[in-house]
Amino acid sequence: MRPVMRIRVKVGSPLQLLLLACSFTLVGYAGVRLLADDWFQVALWFVGAALLHDLVLLPLYAVADRAVVESLGAAGHRERALYVRVPAALSALLLLVWFPLISGRVADHYPSATGLSGEGFLARWLLITAVLFGGSALLLVLRLRRATKQRPPAAH
Amino acid sequence: MPDERLPSSPGFWRSPLRGPWFTSVLGVVLLGGITVLFVTGLLSYAAYNPDLSPVNDKTPDKGLLGFYLFAWPTDPHWLYRLNQGVHVTLGITLIPVLLAKLWSVVPKLFALPPARSLAHALERISLLLLVGGVLFEFVTGVLNIQLDYVFPGSFYPLHFYGAWVFFAAFVVHVVLRAPAAVRNLRRMREGQEPEEESGAQPEFPLVSPRPAEPTVSRRGGLWLVGGGSLLLFGTTVGQNFDGPLRRTALLAPHGGADPGSGPNGFQINKTAASRGISAAETSEEAWRLVVRGRSGTVRLSRAELLDLPLYSSALPIACVEGWSTSDQWWRGVRLRDLAALVGYDADAAPDVLVESLQRRGAFRSAALRANQVRDPRSLLALDVNGEPLSPDHGYPARVIAPAVPGVLNTKWVARMTFGDL
Repeated sequence: MRPVMRIRVKVGSPLQLLLLACSFTLVGYAGVRLLADDWFQVALWFVGAALLHDLVLLPLYAVADRAVVESLGAAGHRERALYVRVPAALSALLLLVWFPLISGRVADHYPSATGLSGEGFLARWLLITAVLFGGSALLLVLRLRRATKQRPPAAH
Repeated sequence: MPDERLPSSPGFWRSPLRGPWFTSVLGVVLLGGITVLFVTGLLSYAAYNPDLSPVNDKTPDKGLLGFYLFAWPTDPHWLYRLNQGVHVTLGITLIPVLLAKLWSVVPKLFALPPARSLAHALERISLLLLVGGVLFEFVTGVLNIQLDYVFPGSFYPLHFYGAWVFFAAFVVHVVLRAPAAVRNLRRMREGQEPEEESGAQPEFPLVSPRPAEPTVSRRGGLWLVGGGSLLLFGTTVGQNFDGPLRRTALLAPHGGADPGSGPNGFQINKTAASRGISAAETSEEAWRLVVRGRSGTVRLSRAELLDLPLYSSALPIACVEGWSTSDQWWRGVRLRDLAALVGYDADAAPDVLVESLQRRGAFRSAALRANQVRDPRSLLALDVNGEPLSPDHGYPARVIAPAVPGVLNTKWVARMTFGDL
C-alpha cells in the first residue's frame, strides 16, 4: 500500500474561530455596502491606509527620531533628545491632522462654504511650532543654568 | 539565530518603550474612547431620521444596520450639539493615542510564520480590517470636517458602512485582548511585573530582547501621547462655543474669528453665494413661501408671514462636522402653526418635507418628523438675534428646530409639504 500523504492544517481555538466567523459575517454585510459604489477605490483606501501607515509613515518618523537621537548622541548630548523630539512630534501631529487647512488644499471652497478666510492656518501652525520649540529651548537653558549653579565650584 | 537586520526578528525592534504595559494602557484608553465614538456616531446617524424620508437618507441600502433607528427626540435642545461635539472632538483627541497604539504593536505585523493555525490566519486578516478600518474612519472623518472631499464617494455611506466593518473587527480584538490588557494594568498597579502579552505570537514578544539605551521612560512616553491629545483638544474644542472660546480653536475649521459681526455674525455652513442663491429670487416681490397640506396650498410673502403670530426660540446651530454655535435668538412662525394653516390640528401636525431654493448640493430638501414639527420651539425663522436673517443664514426664511443636525435646518425655504411621509 502506498502511504497516504496527509497535509495537517492546525485549526486553532474553536471559540476563536466561531468569534471570527461572526465578525466576518458582519464585515461581509457592511462590506458589500461599503464597496457598492466604487469598490476598487474604496478597497484601495481601506487597505492603503493600513499599508501607508505601517510601511511609510511609521518607518519615516521612526527613522527621523533615530536620526535626532544619534546626531545628539554623537555630540555627547543624547539626553537632550527630548527637547527636540517633543516639540517636533507635537508640531508634526498638528500638521498631520490639519494638513488640508494648513497646506491651503481647500483654500478654494473653504471660504465660500464657511464665510471664513481660508488663510491664516499656515501662519497659526508656524506660530504654534515656534512657541513649542521656543518653549523647549527655554526649558533647556533654564535647566542647564540650574545645573551649572548647583555644581560645586571647581577647585583651583 | 534570526537575522536582526530584518523586521521579522524581535531583535530588530530596539525601543525600550514597547511592552505589554505601554500597549495595555493605550489599548484601554482606546477601548473606552472608540466605544464612545461608535455610539455617538450611530446616534448622529439616527439624528438624521434616515428612515423618515429618502431625502434624509444617504444610505438607502443600510438594511439591518439601521435596526436601532428611532424617532430622534427634540429634548434636550442641545442633544445633537453635545453628541456631535463629543464625536468629533474626542475623535481628534484620540489620534495621538491611536498612533501610539499602532506604533507599540507594529513589530507583530512582521512576525513569521504569517500563520500558525487557521484561527491565527483569520485573526491576522481581522487585524488588517481593524487597522485599515480604524484608519479609514479617522481619515475620512478628519478630511470631511476640513471640507477636503478627496475620498472615493459620499462621506455618509463611507463613514457609516466603514464604521460597521471596523466595529466587527474591533469587537473580536477586544474580546481576545482586553482581558489580558486589564490583567496587565491590575498587576502593574499591585506593583508586579506585567505578564507578557498572551497574544497570537508568544514567541514574538513586545518587549525588545536587545533594547536601546532609553532616552525617555515609559511613563514619559505616555506623557508625550497625552500632551499631543491635550494640544489637539485645546486647539479644537473651542469651535463649539461662541465668543472668546472660539478663538482658542487655533487650527479647527470653525475656530478663530466669527465670519461677521453683529446679530448675523455667527458661524455659517454654506454661504448663499456658494449655493447659487441670488438676491433677485429672495426679494420681497419674487419670493413666496408655498405651504401645501390636506386643505390645499397657501402662498405667503415674507410680509404676510411677519403678520402671523411670531414666537422666539433660543437654539444652536450644530453641524455634523463637529462645530456648533451657542444658542441664537430666533424669531418666526411656529411650524405647527403653518401645519394648521393647511388643515391640520397643531397638536396633531404631521411630518413635513421642506424644500430650499437651492438647486444643487446635498440636503437641499429635508424632512422633519411629526414630533419635531409639533415642538413649539420649531420655527420657520425670519429674524435672528433681533434682525432679519442675512442671506448666508437663510433669508427670507429658514427652518430652525431643537436638537436636529444643522443640515436639516433648511435655509432659503421655498416649499413646505405637510403630510405623513
